[in-house]
Amino acid sequence: MKNDIILSGVGGQGILSIAAAIGLAAVENGLFLKQSEVHGMSQRGGDVQSHLRISDKPISSDLIPYGFADLIISVEPMESLRYLPWLSEKGWLVTNSNPFINIPDYPSAEEIIAEIKKITNHLIIDADNIAKQSGSARSGNMVILGAASPYIDMDYESLQNAVKKLFGKKGTEIVEANLRALQSGRDATPM
Amino acid sequence: MEKLLLLGDEAIAQAALDSGMSGMYAYPGTPSTEIMEYIQASSDARERGVHMMWSSNEKTAMEAALGMSYAGKRAMVAMKHVGLNVAADGFINSAMTGVNGGLIVVAADDPSMHSSQNEQDSRFYGKFAMVPVFEPSSQQEAYEMIFDAFHISEKYRIPVLFRITTRLAHSRASVQRKKALKEKPLSIPSDPMSFVLLPAIARRKYKTLLSSYETIKSDSKVSVYNQFTNGGNHEMGVITCGIAYNYLLENFNGKSPDIPVLKIAAYPFTKETIREITSLCRSVLILEEGAPFIEEYLRGILDDGLRIYGRLDGTVPRDGELNPAIVGKALGLPVSSVREVPSIVKMRPPSFCKGCGHGDMFDALNEAIRPFGPGHVFADIGCYTLAALPPYSAINSCVDMGASVTMSIGASDAGLFPSVAVIGDSTFTHSGMTGLLDAVVKKSAVTVIISDNSTTGMTGGQDSQATGRLAAICEGIGVETEHLRIIIPLKKNHDENVKVMKEEFEYKGVSVIIAQRECIQTASRRKRNEAANK
Repeated sequence: MKNDIILSGVGGQGILSIAAAIGLAAVENGLFLKQSEVHGMSQRGGDVQSHLRISDKPISSDLIPYGFADLIISVEPMESLRYLPWLSEKGWLVTNSNPFINIPDYPSAEEIIAEIKKITNHLIIDADNIAKQSGSARSGNMVILGAASPYIDMDYESLQNAVKKLFGKKGTEIVEANLRALQSGRDATPM
Repeated sequence: MEKLLLLGDEAIAQAALDSGMSGMYAYPGTPSTEIMEYIQASSDARERGVHMMWSSNEKTAMEAALGMSYAGKRAMVAMKHVGLNVAADGFINSAMTGVNGGLIVVAADDPSMHSSQNEQDSRFYGKFAMVPVFEPSSQQEAYEMIFDAFHISEKYRIPVLFRITTRLAHSRASVQRKKALKEKPLSIPSDPMSFVLLPAIARRKYKTLLSSYETIKSDSKVSVYNQFTNGGNHEMGVITCGIAYNYLLENFNGKSPDIPVLKIAAYPFTKETIREITSLCRSVLILEEGAPFIEEYLRGILDDGLRIYGRLDGTVPRDGELNPAIVGKALGLPVSSVREVPSIVKMRPPSFCKGCGHGDMFDALNEAIRPFGPGHVFADIGCYTLAALPPYSAINSCVDMGASVTMSIGASDAGLFPSVAVIGDSTFTHSGMTGLLDAVVKKSAVTVIISDNSTTGMTGGQDSQATGRLAAICEGIGVETEHLRIIIPLKKNHDENVKVMKEEFEYKGVSVIIAQRECIQTASRRKRNEAANK
């Protein structure tokens, strides 16, 4: 088993929480893991990405080679396209449809959707809206993780456990909100 | 023993705690910051009373760590690569004094300059100071090496340089802990003169250093990290340094390569270490994360021996960090085509957070300086450097910590008027204060704006030594009270702030304007914590 995952978004959108959740689930499953993060300057509203590699065999490189990623999980639509060189031929692209516009030359929504649709295996969901409807407006990132969960080779239950662990310190209410977000994202995925 | 999921930085911190370290010293700097932050978050460190407060700069951190070593205890000091320039005086001379308790100097290099102004390779500093250098390739190796680095440091009474790069510092993997060692007791050096570098003593100490540097090459705790594995095909061998090894293995799908490989992770090494692979192979590819450090040595000036491929002949790009694709290409493996980034994807550079006080300060500065034309503003290292980009385009320099103040002095000496420095609060106490003293003594016609957000912002909001002290420091240095102005950078104060700046530009002496408003990231974190603790 091997899953190479690129997580992408804009600094402050919470991609590291997604990475941490998948990481905790990987540890629970006794898998090897390497996860490379971006800290420092780029966190200030710039593009951020994380390379997450999980496998049942030891992993060499902290970075995913081009063309190897099984999955791109993005909390921002334009950012999902920035990492296409990493996506494998059969890889899945799962992204939020809501743009984060903080640059003057941001492309139109139609242009972005058209590019995403060129990828055979893609899934676009309105994570923010789904999060709101499930009563956990601030958990858009967990909605995206839920939507991507069928493409991650681990039991859904272990992701749920990871979310419980990750948010455990913040109290039952926050754990429940994030679990709801995770489930509503998963429900939004055509199985 | 327990397994932990740790960043490279955190693995180093955990290993230092488990090696019986008594004091951690540092100034924040990407990608090294998380080492100190991990110690600060550790309940074990707190219970033991391990030193864990930030220092004013890398030099004060380096020297304080040396002081703890003098007193017989194990100490570690961590910084980003350019921080080692600041600490260099203490670092180089600590090799001369030698150590008492073990001393590790961690330098976190940033090839490809993700968050830095250059990509200098700290291994040159190790050679320059003649101290051993460890360069781990994985989080687990980093953890284990720290134990040996402390051991070597004490055995040869020499500081050890621990070199990591961004991809190790900020990558997480599982780490197996070892049995923890006890901290060392307080004990002053047996030779009371060994830290006194008077010329006569220094000459003697230098001979000791020269001889230790030779002996260390053959020490098994060093040489064990330089591993040679033979492979069937002797056409080309590969020498890797640090994490380049991982990219090599990645290209062989984690299997043992069928070519000879020398993995270097500790310096200095013996001639024999290199000879084993060079005598076997017709050519050698050298993969280094950083500068062509080993490659230059192997080529020598004449470069007429072995056939060598590396960064100097273009087989590997001369600059920037490595990745699996670059290494694969250098190995001559077929390059498969990959998807392209659509042209509609635009650059998204970092920018000020929404509502950031620096932004309001720069709005006022841009208006106040406009009548004088472009080219008057020297800035420094921090979030406010982002004002170089549109829509602000407000600054004309960013060189090194503190250079805003001193460059504004030199430009004013040359006749530039007005000459304005913009510096953050933490950068000011790091390296701006001495420059301000120069300005006061010379009565330079400069205006120094200290953009005070009461934190070390760019690295994630660490405590700033300046908080609550800036006005007193400036007064103490000799800035006249009537030209020490405090403003609040908010939109509603814009006109008033522009007026203050214009007034101080006109003053033909030293003015300091402190623009004071808490970092909005720090403020919201503080409010969240206060709410949670209610």
